[in-house]
Amino acid sequence: MNKDVTFALSSAGVGESVARGQLDRGGVAMNKNNSPTFTLDGKTIPFSAGQTIIQAAMATGVYIPHLCYNPEFKPHGSCKLCTVKADGRHTSSCTHQAQDGMVVESDTKEINDERRALLQMLFVEGNHFCPSCEKSGNCQLQATAYEMNMMSPHFDHFFPDRPLDASHPDYLLDFNRCILCSLCVRASRDVDGKNVFALSGRGIKSHLIVNAKSGRLADTGFSGEDKAAHVCPVGVILKKRVGFAIPIGSRSFDEQPISATPHPGPAAATLPPHPQGACPVGPRSNAATLPPHPTVKGA
Amino acid sequence: MSPSLETAANPENLRRVAIDPVSRVEGHGKVTILLDDKNRVHQVRLHIVEFRGFEKFIQGRPYWEVPVMVQRLCGICPVSHHLAASKALDAIVGAKQLTPTAEKNRRLMHYGQILQSHALHFFHLCSPDLLFGFDSDVSKRNIVGIAEKYPDTARRGILLRKFGQEVIRHTAGKRIHGTGAVPGGVNKSLSIAERDELLRDIYQMVAWSREAVHMVKELHHKNPELYNSFGAFRANYMSMVGFDGSLDLYHGRLRARDESGTVLFDDVDYRNYTQLIEEEVKNWSYMKFPYLKSLGKEKGWYRVGPMSRIQNCDFISTPLAEIERREFMAYSGVMPMHAPLGYHWTRMIEMLHAAEMIKDLLHDDDITGKELMVTGERGFEGVGVIEAPRGTLIHHYRVDENDLVTMCNLIVSTTHNNQAMNEAVRRVATQYLHGHEITEGLLNHIEVAVRAFDPCLSCATHALGKMPLEVEVLDEAGNRLSSLSRSGDGLFSAS
Repeated sequence: MNKDVTFALSSAGVGESVARGQLDRGGVAMNKNNSPTFTLDGKTIPFSAGQTIIQAAMATGVYIPHLCYNPEFKPHGSCKLCTVKADGRHTSSCTHQAQDGMVVESDTKEINDERRALLQMLFVEGNHFCPSCEKSGNCQLQATAYEMNMMSPHFDHFFPDRPLDASHPDYLLDFNRCILCSLCVRASRDVDGKNVFALSGRGIKSHLIVNAKSGRLADTGFSGEDKAAHVCPVGVILKKRVGFAIPIGSRSFDEQPISATPHPGPAAATLPPHPQGACPVGPRSNAATLPPHPTVKGA
Repeated sequence: MSPSLETAANPENLRRVAIDPVSRVEGHGKVTILLDDKNRVHQVRLHIVEFRGFEKFIQGRPYWEVPVMVQRLCGICPVSHHLAASKALDAIVGAKQLTPTAEKNRRLMHYGQILQSHALHFFHLCSPDLLFGFDSDVSKRNIVGIAEKYPDTARRGILLRKFGQEVIRHTAGKRIHGTGAVPGGVNKSLSIAERDELLRDIYQMVAWSREAVHMVKELHHKNPELYNSFGAFRANYMSMVGFDGSLDLYHGRLRARDESGTVLFDDVDYRNYTQLIEEEVKNWSYMKFPYLKSLGKEKGWYRVGPMSRIQNCDFISTPLAEIERREFMAYSGVMPMHAPLGYHWTRMIEMLHAAEMIKDLLHDDDITGKELMVTGERGFEGVGVIEAPRGTLIHHYRVDENDLVTMCNLIVSTTHNNQAMNEAVRRVATQYLHGHEITEGLLNHIEVAVRAFDPCLSCATHALGKMPLEVEVLDEAGNRLSSLSRSGDGLFSAS
């Protein structure tokens, strides 16, 4: 992980927060190691300079629901699942820097109700059919919905018409499940240096596109070795011909809820090793928690 | 009266009685009966009123998703669709011969499915009719009534089904809608702990299954007039049999016999099913009517399922079920059994066979093996056939070079039995309703005939774009002013 990338927050909001924290609260609530702290649902959370609320929380083992946030990448602040109340004001915890003495609320009925509504809107805007989705059990959207006790979609489904892109010999794009988290955009741009993906359109018409004249993945420089091939939190970017190779019981969220393993390593033997040092919470891979399973040959 | 009772000559002045929905079957269907003022039967139809669309919406999806998606056709025997699709897609990944571990785990899953589905059908759905009587007190004629009067029978039924579901859970990950089979093999084999857990109970299951066969057999012996004649009609029958002629519910070749038991065709590679079977669409049902091409629409319809399989095979490989098969064959005599209630007897013989097969597989070291998958030369078309609890199940797919499905054709077990079920209800209507005052008990006779086939009506209505429609405009007095109909080919005609 490149910490410079992760921590190089440049938005005006973050800068203002830091300045306000230094002026108003500097040195108010140091812990025994003399690091500054804030409270999250009443629990004291230490942080180091420059850490966002979610980074500090996860470093302490406290889960804040999120989808577009991935500790390996620069925060995007778009999914709003990680919204908390900081000193009484709604803010994205992935972009808001921690401040000394700050009072943060996260796991409250009010905020969780809002998160559930956001999830329900994500479910109805796309075509998320978990029963036949190969990402089921490994999907952060599904796991977060379980975590938030989402029992129904509540809203009318949009049922958008989004054709697949199966042009690439080894990877499939199923746009039906895209939640516009932009992780593939960030990975392709910031890590792979390829700019294969982008978000296009505005508002409800926003959608993921592929950077090729034909619009087909096969006509880009995309490769299975790319970071972008392995960051999708839902079932959009899929390695072909290996779906359902992981039996039920061995998938990422079969054993533990997402709150225990927010960013599990690849459960599949089919995926390359996940870069180390990204997420400080929970085991990096299911391999550490599940009994060994027979190797799937030819998958 | 119309000789076939399918369509009344003059329906305008007839009284309509509807059984809607038919109860204690899987899915939704209704029976309509047209009677004149002397309660004489002029028309009887089993209508399938559900509507699905799997053949259409599977198009454009990646092929590896198919075994998991299509099993959602059904909540009772999803394993059958899961395995038939996987068998078809084995050809796409070039898996000509699965590893012994993969095939045996798939078989184990399938026999678990046969066991639980047959137990569900017999104990939960049909035993109330058979043990209490077709026109017994309707308030007791259900599984709760059975649990009160025959608690041991109800308990065994529930535990047999539960055991079958546990077999499915250990092989597919879930009791319903798991993911065990994948194109080219399976994603898991049985663990030692899972095997040992199932071994603890399997001997009890074999014993209970055997007693269930004896229970049905006794019913036949006690009341042969009823059991040998109720709704009886003569028909061709078809099933898959093993390559050695044995009862094989997972793999083999197609064999059909005519109503006297003479072989019509044998040793047919099921990949050539389109050369054998044609489907007819009728405008009053969402379910198609298949028939054997060689015999034509009128004479080519046939039965599938347990009674066809038991009478079609040469032998059963497991000893206890083979003893029961021989006894059944001796009972039915020179001519094949055609009475629908014979389905229950043969269904229980199959349940015993499934329990014995599960026992044998649990003692086979391959079941815990580690070689799960094979691949080979990529293919673009595959056909998979399996003998589902209710009969022969055909899945057929074409896949393009980008791995997406371009064509899907499903012929499910209940569809094969469409004409046969209609014949059975017409016979029962003629035998019991004709000229009598209609009562609930008499109408249940019709349902008993439908239930004998163990139809899964939700599975059987999978077609999209071929939906026949009939719209009638009536005046206040119920007289028809005009009508518009659309045939299965999509052609409209007005009158």
